[in-house]
Amino acid sequence: MSLSQDDVKRIARLARIEIDDAQAQATQGQLNTIFDLIATMQAVNTDNVSPMAHAQEVYQRLRDDVVTETDRHAAFQAVAPAVENGLYLVPKVIE
Amino acid sequence: MKWETVIGLEVHTQLATRSKIFSGSSTAFGAAPNTQASAVDIALPGVLPVLNRGAVEYAIKFGLAIGATLNRVNVFDRKSYFYPDLPKGYQISQLAKPIVEGGALKIQVGETERIIHLTRAHLEEDAGKSLHEDFHGMTGIDLNRAGTPLLEIVSEPEMRSSAEAVAYARALHTLVTWIGICDGNMQEGSFRVDANVSVRPAGQTEFGTRREIKNLNSFRFLQQAIDYEVRWQIETLEDGGRIEQATVLFDPDKVETRMMRSKEEAHDYRYFPDPDLLPIKLDEDWIEAVRATLTELPVAMQARFQSEYGVSAYDAAVLTGSRALADYFETAAKACDQGKLAANWVMGELSAALNKAELDIAQSPVSAAQLGALITRIQDGTLSGKLAKQVFEGLWEGAGEVDAIIEARGLKQMSDSGELEKIIDAVLAANPKSVEEFRSGKDKAFNALVGQVMKASKGRANPAQVNERLKARLHN
Repeated sequence: MSLSQDDVKRIARLARIEIDDAQAQATQGQLNTIFDLIATMQAVNTDNVSPMAHAQEVYQRLRDDVVTETDRHAAFQAVAPAVENGLYLVPKVIE
Repeated sequence: MKWETVIGLEVHTQLATRSKIFSGSSTAFGAAPNTQASAVDIALPGVLPVLNRGAVEYAIKFGLAIGATLNRVNVFDRKSYFYPDLPKGYQISQLAKPIVEGGALKIQVGETERIIHLTRAHLEEDAGKSLHEDFHGMTGIDLNRAGTPLLEIVSEPEMRSSAEAVAYARALHTLVTWIGICDGNMQEGSFRVDANVSVRPAGQTEFGTRREIKNLNSFRFLQQAIDYEVRWQIETLEDGGRIEQATVLFDPDKVETRMMRSKEEAHDYRYFPDPDLLPIKLDEDWIEAVRATLTELPVAMQARFQSEYGVSAYDAAVLTGSRALADYFETAAKACDQGKLAANWVMGELSAALNKAELDIAQSPVSAAQLGALITRIQDGTLSGKLAKQVFEGLWEGAGEVDAIIEARGLKQMSDSGELEKIIDAVLAANPKSVEEFRSGKDKAFNALVGQVMKASKGRANPAQVNERLKARLHN
């Protein structure tokens, strides 16, 4: 599989990354190198190997269901660009 | 043409944990904005999620309750999209390996029972809230809800009418509150329903194109939205149009659905396993420990109510509508040893009074023990049905215990036949015309006399006894 210029631009748009044509072209080359590597690996027979969700065979540590956090919104909001009545303000979004 | 409706539901249930799914923030409803949003919840750089054992346990409990497969190893994925109330830019969810797969739920529509199969149930985090009131042309963001644990429960597209969809949603609501994993509060958004709706010509096996109605927060809206959507789809198709896959919103004021976004604008979520979280392992000891905490489930209790108390299947389904109602019924039935009568009182007089006062069974001013005592007094002949209703009113007003109310208000059914004979004497003497009419063959006159005796006894006379004594006297 290889990526087209349009694929690269679409991925950039989905990730909200602004790129120009030159950057898209450079990135396309880099990403295709990665896809080539994946293609090479896919040549290996994995019929009897179940997919892994993580590189190591370790499992998630769990925490007990207790409230440990306190209200720190004043500190957090001190660095926010716009705040009112305890709310973070953002440019209007209506879907 | 005859059309068939196909419905599948996705229900987001908020899990009743104290803390959030990936942080130690409180999940309590109604706090001041952003006071329950920690560094993890607002996605400050460098923070890491740590999974809440309680949320996993509730998911296990649900899986066991519906007879599902629990994936011994399950995985969290990132679902990426940009929206200001989703601070990380992705939601942590489960796609390829959810914690729960399969399972089934029994529903009852009128007298008909059906089994609805479930596809899956997965854990995920809730987003924050966007407030679109005008803040100088800006939107306000409250992240208190961000990170609240959700179990998204997905059904197979097996429902064929809005009534079935509502029955399924209700059965699911009963179950999740019954096993205590969700408070079920729909106004506060603890139980939100998305409905996937399509229609196809009757007899066709492949599905029509579906539209998804988002965020229905009442059973009535669910019914109205599906009914509207089905009508709209059928009309569109019969007018020669075609249905495009889309997400729609229900407007409860106009009782109609309208398009939110079409398939072309649909998000590309780019799911992939979340590298911040390791796979979750459920070991057998843990599963068995959770199984041990499961009490009798609604379906089992319905069967037991039928065999133990002699109530009908329909009554048993109504009485197990909630854990609190079922417990109330059973306490009352045990107190009086009269299952059927207890069922009639709980579903009749008590439910009517609760509905009128807009109270929940848990807030009932009449306790189950009191209702049981009242029914005992009906059974032993102290009270007629009519007098019992007056005692019930006394209990409702908090006038004391059953026997005290009977005593204080003089509601005891007359057992002294001497007293009854005296009243009959007086009534016969005062109504010579009715007596004459009865003797000349007018049966109606008899009823008038019974009414007079009942009235004179202030309702305390036993109607059967009045009939018998009055007949005996008139035939002399």
